[in-house]
Amino acid sequence: MSFSISSDVIDPEVLKRSLAADSAGACVCFEGWVRDHNEGESVIALEYEAHQSIAEQEGQKILLEARQRFALVDARCEHRVGKLAIGDCAVWVGVSAAHRGAAFDACRYIIDETKQRVPIWKKEHYRDGHSGWVNCATNVAESTTRV
Amino acid sequence: MIEVTARYFAAFRERAGRDVESLSTAASTAAELYDELAGRHGFADSMGRCKVAINDELADWSSTLAAGDEVLFFPPVAGG
Repeated sequence: MSFSISSDVIDPEVLKRSLAADSAGACVCFEGWVRDHNEGESVIALEYEAHQSIAEQEGQKILLEARQRFALVDARCEHRVGKLAIGDCAVWVGVSAAHRGAAFDACRYIIDETKQRVPIWKKEHYRDGHSGWVNCATNVAESTTRV
Repeated sequence: MIEVTARYFAAFRERAGRDVESLSTAASTAAELYDELAGRHGFADSMGRCKVAINDELADWSSTLAAGDEVLFFPPVAGG
């Protein structure tokens, strides 16, 4: 099981193969992609920032919790940092298990907890020239000024 | 008063205009230090939606500060 923060392109096929095991009869993967809109705004690019060591520690905790709650064989999560374009894979979660129920449930648990707890921040750049940190009330004056 | 180091991330770093600063503070807990710094830099997020780490470990807002601590302020997260 591993949770990693990476500035490299995510390769889902390579990650998926790492989950293979003779005892696994199911594999569920989730990919989070960069979308061209959010809350009515037209998004042209995203930037992710993380505190790498704390993010990886907290992420590893989430994977361990998933293993305690669900009958998993293996689980893995990788999250990008840096500047991403529309369509890029921002986060990948994959789970293998003997049966599909545990695999679906664990995959959902891992992505939901990751979004809530792991110190990763997302800055959206919008078509009209402004930008903003998602979920944050704190923003620099300049970034909330419409061009 | 104790000497501590504050580190800011993402929205907090941009708002404060710096990623790190050394401070002399009367704050005795992480929460008191956040209140002080939020006032100084204009951080608008409530503490309940933010996180704090002390010396590279996530900590409770009620944690007591010691001289020389490095206190990391994390604005609301948005992974995925």
